[in-house]
Amino acid sequence: MWTWFHRLASPPHLYRTAAAWAPWLAFAAVILIGYGLVDGLVFAPPDYQQGDAFRIIYVHAPSAWLSLFGYTLMAVAGAVALIWRIKVGYAVAAAAAPIGASFTLSALVTGSLWGRPMWGTYWAWDPRLTSELILLFLYFGVISLRKAFEDPNRGDRASALLGIVGVVNVPIVHFSVYWWNSLHQGGTVMRLGKPEMPGSMLWPLLAMLAGFMCFFGAVLCVRVRAEILSRERQSTWVREVVAA
Amino acid sequence: MNVGVARGIWLVLTRELRLGFRRPDQLLQPLVFFLIVTTLFPLALSPLSSMLRAMAPGVLWVAALLASLLSMETLFKADADDGTLEQLALSAQPLGAIVVAKTIAHWLVSGAALVAMSPLVATALSVPERALPTMLASLALGTLTLSWLGAIGAGLTVGLRRGGVLLSLIVLPLAMPLLIFGASATDRAIGGEDPAGALYFLGALCVFTTSLGPLAASAALRITLE
Repeated sequence: MWTWFHRLASPPHLYRTAAAWAPWLAFAAVILIGYGLVDGLVFAPPDYQQGDAFRIIYVHAPSAWLSLFGYTLMAVAGAVALIWRIKVGYAVAAAAAPIGASFTLSALVTGSLWGRPMWGTYWAWDPRLTSELILLFLYFGVISLRKAFEDPNRGDRASALLGIVGVVNVPIVHFSVYWWNSLHQGGTVMRLGKPEMPGSMLWPLLAMLAGFMCFFGAVLCVRVRAEILSRERQSTWVREVVAA
Repeated sequence: MNVGVARGIWLVLTRELRLGFRRPDQLLQPLVFFLIVTTLFPLALSPLSSMLRAMAPGVLWVAALLASLLSMETLFKADADDGTLEQLALSAQPLGAIVVAKTIAHWLVSGAALVAMSPLVATALSVPERALPTMLASLALGTLTLSWLGAIGAGLTVGLRRGGVLLSLIVLPLAMPLLIFGASATDRAIGGEDPAGALYFLGALCVFTTSLGPLAASAALRITLE
């Protein structure tokens, strides 16, 4: 298992692995999101309090989950790269940052669209909303720090370090609904014991979650390949790939 | 010459303080900035003392945050420009110890000065006297925490030509929890409630950043100095 993992550290190998995985992940994403959308938007019963408006959760919750997942992935990839000097880690971190930032934005936008009919306002200065917004700013900081350096090597390492420092915000976002009296509802799916949701609502949500994960993976594969190509453009194997 | 770590910290600290006091105008600028920013709010919003009292914690904290951020850019800049920082990094002293000395010296001339001046501003914003001790304590803990966060940001941006804006972009999101607890401690004290909870949180943040900040900041410097 470890040799499999170690081989991913080689840019050409990761380049090929990502190429092999991307179509499968994209295929799984299409199936899962397709099922989740149809079942969630059409067949799932309306909520007894929120009516049909609750259905935005099928986009909102997976986006929010992936915004945290994306940040953690970026920080872990950066840490791996910094500690073991595995260069492709920087490529993965650089590729993951814009995707994670997009999901953060998506979670904020869908949340505020849902908040308008439910809470009567697009935005509330609530701990969870605010910490999600901070997460977006952290993404911006990491992305712009990478681009600020003329030497890409330094930019990579500096932004990896900033990503690791910013990880403190991830548990804050996740637990804010429990620590503070938040307007935002607590978790209903990711909890010990029985989820507080009937199966007819839960299955499409889980499918959307898995589908979004696959979508994230597919986009990450494509972006990582592009990153590796541009980073390794001086090497002979890239020239061979481009020439072929 | 062999110098112990404690002695090394002391030498860098005294050098920084001496350098700081030789350029008093640079020390005063953030303080004047702090004064001016807090003056803007009563002019822009309302000079009513009830209004002022309600917004005083927020105004004080935001102004303190911006003022210490303003001075943060200079933390490593002069030494990095003339090569002193590289010599310090190459010396037998651990880089973390040098970061500790520089940051504490910087906090003494900027953060502590700002804390010392805050009662004046607070009184002008009609903060009642009974809230002043809490405000001083929260600002003291908060500016020290900010100095550590700022040291990380300054370490990351020291090699950049236009690092100032980027420094704010990096440090401000990290400083937001600080702002929340700091302002709420002051707010509670003004309202006559017990501010202990928020102060404990500030203390925890301060201990956390004091223990890990030097490590992160010296790692950042190692990256940018190369």
